[in-house]
Amino acid sequence: MNAEAIIRVRNVTMAYGSFVVMRDLTFDIRHGDIFIIMGGSGCGKSTLLKILIGLKPPAAGEIFYHDTNFWQLDPEGRKGIMRGIGVTYQSGALWSAMTLAENVALPLETYTDLPANEIADLVSYKLSLVGLAGFESYYPSEISGGMRKRAGLARAIALDPEIVFFDEPSAGLDPISSRSLDELILQIRDSLDATVVMVTHELPSIFAIGNNSVFLDAETRTMIASGDPHTLLKESKDPNVQAFLTRGEKK
Amino acid sequence: MDGFFTSLWLQEDISYHSANKRSSNEPGNGLGLRGKGGWAAQGKDMSSPNSSPSPPAGLSFSHPAPDTLCVQFGGVWKLGTRRPSFSEFEKALTPEVQRLVFNTDGLKDWDSMLVTFVLKIAQSCRARNVAVDQGGLPEGVRRLIALSLAVPRKKDAARKIDKRSFFFIVGENARAFVQAARDMLTFIGEVSVALTRLVRGQARFRSSDLGLFIMECGAEALPIVSLISLLVGLILAFVGAVQLAVFGAQIYVADLVGIAMVRVLGAVMAGIIMAGRTGSSFAAQLGTMQVNEEIDALQTLGISPIEFLVLPRMLALVFMMPLLGIYSDLMGILGGVIVAVGMLDINLIEYLHQTQNAVRLMDFWIGLFTAGVFGVLVSLAGCLRGMQCGRDSAAVGQATTSAVVTGIVAIIVATSLITIACNVVGLN
Repeated sequence: MNAEAIIRVRNVTMAYGSFVVMRDLTFDIRHGDIFIIMGGSGCGKSTLLKILIGLKPPAAGEIFYHDTNFWQLDPEGRKGIMRGIGVTYQSGALWSAMTLAENVALPLETYTDLPANEIADLVSYKLSLVGLAGFESYYPSEISGGMRKRAGLARAIALDPEIVFFDEPSAGLDPISSRSLDELILQIRDSLDATVVMVTHELPSIFAIGNNSVFLDAETRTMIASGDPHTLLKESKDPNVQAFLTRGEKK
Repeated sequence: MDGFFTSLWLQEDISYHSANKRSSNEPGNGLGLRGKGGWAAQGKDMSSPNSSPSPPAGLSFSHPAPDTLCVQFGGVWKLGTRRPSFSEFEKALTPEVQRLVFNTDGLKDWDSMLVTFVLKIAQSCRARNVAVDQGGLPEGVRRLIALSLAVPRKKDAARKIDKRSFFFIVGENARAFVQAARDMLTFIGEVSVALTRLVRGQARFRSSDLGLFIMECGAEALPIVSLISLLVGLILAFVGAVQLAVFGAQIYVADLVGIAMVRVLGAVMAGIIMAGRTGSSFAAQLGTMQVNEEIDALQTLGISPIEFLVLPRMLALVFMMPLLGIYSDLMGILGGVIVAVGMLDINLIEYLHQTQNAVRLMDFWIGLFTAGVFGVLVSLAGCLRGMQCGRDSAAVGQATTSAVVTGIVAIIVATSLITIACNVVGLN
C-alpha cells in the first residue's frame, strides 16, 4: 500500500520530567491504515497517544499532520487539527450527567451552526452507525461497558473526523463484544474513509484488523519494530517482538 | 423504517473487510471537517465550517416518468453548509409518485449532512409506500446507510414519559423521606457498632490514616478559620459599636463579641467552614472510592468500610472541631479588639478585662460542647453521603453537594436545639 502518510512521527522523545519514557520514535501512519501502537504494559503507548492527540507535548522531535508540524503550531492552530480527529477512550469517557444523545450532540453544537432538528437527525444517525439506535435518552450509567465504548465512538465520529484514535478499545470486553467492536472499527474506517490509530495489546484485535504497527519496547526505551503485524510475526527476529506476538511462547 | 429500508438498500453485497475505498472520482471525501490538501495547512483552522466559502447545497427535482421522482443533489452537502429545507422534498413527493431515484451528478462534496437527509427521505417514502432506488447515490452514502441500518432500532429502549398525579408525587416523596431516614439511622447504628469495637480494641483501621485526617481537619483548616472568624468578629463589633455608641456604651462591644463568639458563633463558624471544606471532601473521597469499586474490594476482604474508612475520618473531625471552635473564638475576639482599639479608642487592656468579666466558664463549656456536636454531625453527613454515592462521576458531585447541605442544616438545627435546651435547664 502506497497511500500518503497522514501522520509522520520524526525522532520523538517522550519524557516525564527528566525521566525518558521513549526516544527516537520515527514512523508514518498512512491514509486508510488501521495502525496499532503496541508493546508491553508501561512502555509508553498511552503517552504516545497523548502526544499524537495534543494532550502532552513531546520532549523532543516532531509530529506532522500532513505537512503541518503539529507541536510548532500555536494552541489555536493545534485546536484546528484536533477538531479533525476523533478520540475514544478506554472507559468511553462519556459525560455522565448527559444522555447519549447529548454526548454526541455536544461537538456538533460546539463546532457547527446547525439548527437543533438537524443536530437531532445527525445524533440519531451516528448512534445508529454504532448500533445504538433507540438509546438516545439513556445515561452512560444505564448501559453496559461495551455500549459505552460504542457510544464513545459515536461521539468521536460526530464531526466526521479524518482520523479516529482508540485507547485500548477492547479492554474489559468479552471476546464476542471485542470482536464485534473490531468489526465496527473496520466498518467505520471503510465507510468514513478514515484512518484508525489504536493503542492495544489485545492480540486477536491486532491480527484481526491491524495492517500497520509500531512496537515500543520498555527495555530499550525505543521502537524496535514497525510494519504489518502479520509480517512482524513471520519475519521479525527480535525476541521481544516474537514473545509479545506469540504470548511468550517464543523468546 | 428499518425493515423497509434494509430490504431496499442492503441488496448489494457490502464486505466490510475489503479495502474497497471510495473511488477517487467519487464526489467528496465524506469528511466534514477536512480541508482540501490537508486540513491544517499553514496552521489555518481548516476545521471551521465557515472557514472557506463553499457552493451551497443544492436540491432539485425532475420526473423522468410520470410516477417517478428524481431527487437531484448538487453543490456541497457538508456540516458547515446550509441544508435545503426538507419541506421542499415533501412538496415534490406528490401522491402520483410511486418510485424515487437519485441523481448526484452535480454533487461536489458531502458528509453526514447528506446521509441524514437521504435517511429522512427514505423515512418519508416508507410512510407513503414509495419505492426507493439507491442506484444514483454515491457508494459511500449507500455504505453508511447500510451500516446505520445494520442494527435495527431498539423499539423498547425508548423511555415512556410517566404522567404522575400530585398524590403520587407526594406519596413517592414521603416514601423517599422515610427511606432516607431509615438509611441514616442504619448508618448511625453501623457507626455506633464500629465505635464500640474501637473501644474494645477490635476495630481495624490504619493509625497513619487517622494522623493524616487530623492534619487535614486541623492544621490545614487554620488559615480559612482564621480569616472567616476574624471577619465575623470585626463585623459583629462594628455593627454593635454603632448601636452601643448611641448610649455611650461602646465598652460593651467586648461583652457582645466575647459572649457571642465563645458561646455559639465560634463553633457555628468553624462548623460551617468544616461542612463546606471537610464534609464535602469526605463525601467526594468516599464517593470516588464507590465509583472505583474500592469499597467493594474492602468488603470482599472482610474489612468493614465503616471501621476502615468512616471511623478515622469521624474521630479526626470530632477531635479537631472543639479545638477549631476555641481557635475561632480567639480569632473573633481579635476582630473585636481591632475594631475597639482602632475605631472606638478603647484601651486594649480595658477591652480584654471587660471580655474576661463578661465571658463565663459555662459559656466556654457550652461552646466547646456545641463544637463537638458539630464535629459529629459534619463528619456523619460527609461520610453518609459518600457511602451512599452512586457509581458514576455525576453521583460524586451530588454526594458532595448533599453532604454540605446536610451538614449545614444539621448545624443550624443542632444550634437551635442546644440553645433551647440550655434555656430549659437554666444555663443562660
